[in-house]
Amino acid sequence: MRSKRAELLVGCFIVLGLAAFVYLAVQVSGLGFASKKDTYQVVARFDDIGGLSDRAKVTIAGVTVGSVDSITYDKNLYMAKVTMNIESDVHNIPDDSSIAILTSGLLGEKYLGISIGADDKMLKNGDEIHDTQSALVLENLISQFLFNKTSGSDK
Amino acid sequence: MKGLISLGAWLFDWLEAIGRAGIFLFQSIFRLPVRFGEAVNLLVRQLYSVGVLSLVIIIVSGTFIGMVLSLQGYSILAKFGSEDSVGQLLALSLLRELGPVVTALLFAGRAGSSLTAEIGLMKATEQLSSYEMMGVDPLRRVIAPRFIAGVVCLPLLSMVFSAAGIIGGLLVSVGWLGVSDGSFWSLMQQSVYFDTDIVNGLIKALVFAVAITWIAVYQGYECVPTSEGIGKATTRTVVLGSLAVLALDFVLTAAMFGDF
Repeated sequence: MRSKRAELLVGCFIVLGLAAFVYLAVQVSGLGFASKKDTYQVVARFDDIGGLSDRAKVTIAGVTVGSVDSITYDKNLYMAKVTMNIESDVHNIPDDSSIAILTSGLLGEKYLGISIGADDKMLKNGDEIHDTQSALVLENLISQFLFNKTSGSDK
Repeated sequence: MKGLISLGAWLFDWLEAIGRAGIFLFQSIFRLPVRFGEAVNLLVRQLYSVGVLSLVIIIVSGTFIGMVLSLQGYSILAKFGSEDSVGQLLALSLLRELGPVVTALLFAGRAGSSLTAEIGLMKATEQLSSYEMMGVDPLRRVIAPRFIAGVVCLPLLSMVFSAAGIIGGLLVSVGWLGVSDGSFWSLMQQSVYFDTDIVNGLIKALVFAVAITWIAVYQGYECVPTSEGIGKATTRTVVLGSLAVLALDFVLTAAMFGDF
């Protein structure tokens, strides 16, 4: 009888441990099965991605509609090639839409924002967004500002 | 000259002890009880005393560490106006470091010491030699189930610890400090990766489990069979186990997260 109770408690312990593992995997790392929606891939090439990372979100009007799948260097064009997955529900993005690398807050995460164009043709799987705007690199901005300041004082 | 000789003798003793511990580890892994039912029975009893009885201390301390982490993290992050990323801080520090390490330290104190004391007392009361007299291998019947139970339990306990910590941190940061629920989870999910963070944490816990349980059962088995000897062996288990965990943690962290 004593051993039966120990077996039951050991069973509870192992189930609890595994449940904690599943909880961490699904809820904390977002590995979920529920979030695995159908997606299609879109490509964009940027001059400078400035700290954009894999799994960064892709937004339209501030709402997340997808995520960055991979970032590679396109050595023929000397540009960064960003492949992103966009949810299949959002299938009506015009072909001439533009995409920009944005920052949440002054020092926050980098993410992609799509501005909707006016074309009747919509983006399909494997299409490329041609109108891209690179990341705003703070150092460049500051050096530009200082350069303008000093050259302005000469006059 | 005399100093040199004693240094050499000490070195030989030391190497011999390591060799004995290595052989001991090898033997205790591959010598489970022969009959399957008996093996399960012995293992269940050890899983109960090593795992189930450690559960309360792990859940309570995990919850409190999660709560303290999010309080501390919030007060610093709020200075930079980025208090939303407290969830990210909480999850990464728990999964990568605090989960495995603190669980292993608590495990060394809670379960390792009791393993050493139990085996040491068995040796002092000559239970181990009476097993041998009856033709039962004490490694097979006493040591192997305890070793395997320790190796199974610590990774599970570490997962429970991390989950409890995240829930504790959620209570403090979302429930009390007013961080938004959505950004707590979304920033966390964006920065935590299953393979680099959760699996690496599990590997750490597994390595710590082998180290601590090995030290604990070896110290018990090799202790001087007097009440003083058992006391010393128990202390050594906790001290050596904790030091081994901290040193191994540095090596593992350098190997896992060292390349920037």
